[in-house]
Amino acid sequence: MSQKVLDALKAVHGGAIELLETQHGDAIAWIKRDQLVAVATWLKTSPEMAFDAPVFATCIDRLDWKPIDVPPGVPVYPNSAAWTDAGGKPRFEVVWQLRSSLHHHRLRLKAACPEHDPRVPSLASLWPAFNWQERETFDMYGIQFENHPDLRRIYLYEEFVGYPLRKDYPKEKRQPLVRRDDLPMNPIKAPGEGHH
Amino acid sequence: MAAPTTPPTAPSPGDANPRSLRQLVLGRKDVQDLSDAEQDLPPDLMTVNMGPSHPAMHGTVRIILTVDGERIVASDVQPGYLHRCFEKESEHATYTQVFPYTDRLNYVSPMINNCGWAMVAEKLLGLTGHLPKRAEYIRVIVSEISRITDHLTCVGASAMELGAFTAFLYFLKAREWLYELLEKVSGARLTHSYVRIGGVGKDLPDGFHDDLTLCLHQTEKIMVEVENMLNNNKIFRDRMAGIGAITKQAAIESGCVGPIARAAGVDYDVRKDYPYSIYPELEFDVPVGTTGDCYDRYLVRIEELKQSIRMLRQCLKQIPDGPVMIADPRVALPPKQDTYNTIESMIRHFKHIMDGVKVPAGEAYAFVEGGNGELGFYVVADGTGRPYKAYVRSPSFVHLSTASQLIHGHLIADVVPIFGMINMIGGECDK
Amino acid sequence: MGVELTTTRLEDAAKWAKQSTLDRATNWGRKFSLFTYPFVTACCGMEFMSVAGPKYDIARFGAEFPRFSPRQSDLLMIVGTITEKQGPALKRVFDQMAEPKWVIAFGVCASTGGFYQNYHAMPGADQVIPVDVYIPGCPPRPEQVLDALIMLMDRIQAGRGHSQLRDKREQVIAEAAQNE
Repeated sequence: MSQKVLDALKAVHGGAIELLETQHGDAIAWIKRDQLVAVATWLKTSPEMAFDAPVFATCIDRLDWKPIDVPPGVPVYPNSAAWTDAGGKPRFEVVWQLRSSLHHHRLRLKAACPEHDPRVPSLASLWPAFNWQERETFDMYGIQFENHPDLRRIYLYEEFVGYPLRKDYPKEKRQPLVRRDDLPMNPIKAPGEGHH
Repeated sequence: MAAPTTPPTAPSPGDANPRSLRQLVLGRKDVQDLSDAEQDLPPDLMTVNMGPSHPAMHGTVRIILTVDGERIVASDVQPGYLHRCFEKESEHATYTQVFPYTDRLNYVSPMINNCGWAMVAEKLLGLTGHLPKRAEYIRVIVSEISRITDHLTCVGASAMELGAFTAFLYFLKAREWLYELLEKVSGARLTHSYVRIGGVGKDLPDGFHDDLTLCLHQTEKIMVEVENMLNNNKIFRDRMAGIGAITKQAAIESGCVGPIARAAGVDYDVRKDYPYSIYPELEFDVPVGTTGDCYDRYLVRIEELKQSIRMLRQCLKQIPDGPVMIADPRVALPPKQDTYNTIESMIRHFKHIMDGVKVPAGEAYAFVEGGNGELGFYVVADGTGRPYKAYVRSPSFVHLSTASQLIHGHLIADVVPIFGMINMIGGECDK
Repeated sequence: MGVELTTTRLEDAAKWAKQSTLDRATNWGRKFSLFTYPFVTACCGMEFMSVAGPKYDIARFGAEFPRFSPRQSDLLMIVGTITEKQGPALKRVFDQMAEPKWVIAFGVCASTGGFYQNYHAMPGADQVIPVDVYIPGCPPRPEQVLDALIMLMDRIQAGRGHSQLRDKREQVIAEAAQNE
């Protein structure tokens, strides 16, 4: 079922694809980020694909990625020569999962972006649910979504400095807004300024 | 000076007839109809803040409303007041240690979250479909009981906010019986952490069949009473019918799932469309509404309660005997006899607890039908006992993003039933 | 050297005899007519609903009516996790309450942060406001909550809630220094 989707994708948009894979029955397609909107529009509007339902949008930070005992045949982190502008291995992968309510198939789209240029196009205009999901990804990872209607923090407050779900943000680094008068307030430091 | 700082959200594509009647009666204009002079100095728009500590904001959500008199022209919904960093915590915890965190996601139906997390770990380990039958049946039984508590709480709290306090107290009485039952099964009333990767923690207690049969019988009697009170109650219907409607297409594109989508006419239930566990062996119907307004959502939830009770009765008849945990040394703890008497089992037990279940590298997305719809877990594993990334696809977050559209054009007092029927659970929405 | 501002029930009961009749009467009235402000955020809210429900009836203790306005309530029950984003709202609600006011931290998240030790969950609501009674438990059983309510009532009767002691803090310290 998922193979059909991948084959159709390869047939129509072969040039935009970095890699196609299937893991545990899920179809995954890595798309070049500058052609993502075209591919996504085709996925939504073409009748044999009909991906009309958005599922989730998030991001993976591969900074500490050191897998052990990888089972054979599982491509865990594709290394494509095409990402030479990223200097080899891009740090972030932005993931979108789609579902078709007509044909009941699912697809995962991925677009990689490097650390020095964390921009990907936004799919919020195609599927309104991604509006908030992409805001959450921006809030947690700092990915700039181009052409997003309203890109601002959603879970954390505006005064928060840094992007907490990145692997280099320590889990317990607090940035309090208010404390009781007799308690010390931790100073807000930018990430990388040392643990407190 | 109260000027709208954000442009008003587009009128919801899903708004059906009732709003035009309201416009006719109230004679108000939409902000776009104002002339330039009036837009520079809008005379009657006011900014009202609801929340984050507000009786009707289940959990904590802040809505900044821009109102024209009593009618909402723009709104900015701000979640995040309960962001407890599930993803960051789960990157530092072993797979089994994440179960308590998942309990606190959708805390009115915690067993379902546990099942979802166990399913994603099993998918990565390749154990899906190999669990002992009894374990699957127990998972479904406790999930459906949790679904009943979820719907009882949602409908009860919404009714209370509309003034029907009695319905709330009756449903709380029913919920207490179910909590006591789940306490006998798992040891805790609310945050159970009962399910494990590869099965469940321990077997059902003695006398569970009779207890559950009695509970279901009593719950049905309470439901009959509350339905008599609310279904044809003029006040309840006036406040719920025609409020917060969403069309089928808008519901699908906004990612709505669960009772909200089903009330709008979308026939999507994970248990039927992507069946998992032993749901294919159970007979049940999926209620689908027509108009997508709050009253339909209420009816869908009441009908789902009845279907859950039906499923539980079938499970009690069909449940087989057997082990409750798969006998796979990768995921199962050794039996206590061996742990205390042989060195190999003790070491295995130690490594299992300290290093966690070693899940092979890869990624998977597994989803269950939660109380609010498709609740999914997306896990990237790197071969160690701790997830590399664990993302929760929470239905409440997605539904809350439609809230702005749903309340547009309604009165401030309509925000209460709309929010109640979205069933936004703070723990799930803010993770 | 420091003053023991945490007490036991026996000590509280012993101090009861030293109060004036007017004090005793007002405190008696206060403790049996607590108007709660349930500042509900998370899972403990479900147990709060159970406590207010028909089985574990909180109305028996006179604390039935939740008042959702800080101006009209005197017992702030912080039910559930407090996050850094919520901090200013909590402080504002507490500041708006009129004296005498009491605070119960319901659940371990409101007491010390629970098992959430991360960048957003505040390690306890007492980082922002002073708390009178802490209820551990995740979530606490309704019987624990009722026990805590009774403990708070004993404290109110003895006049030793934080806000009741506000004006008398120096006096209490001086007395303790004298007795040492």
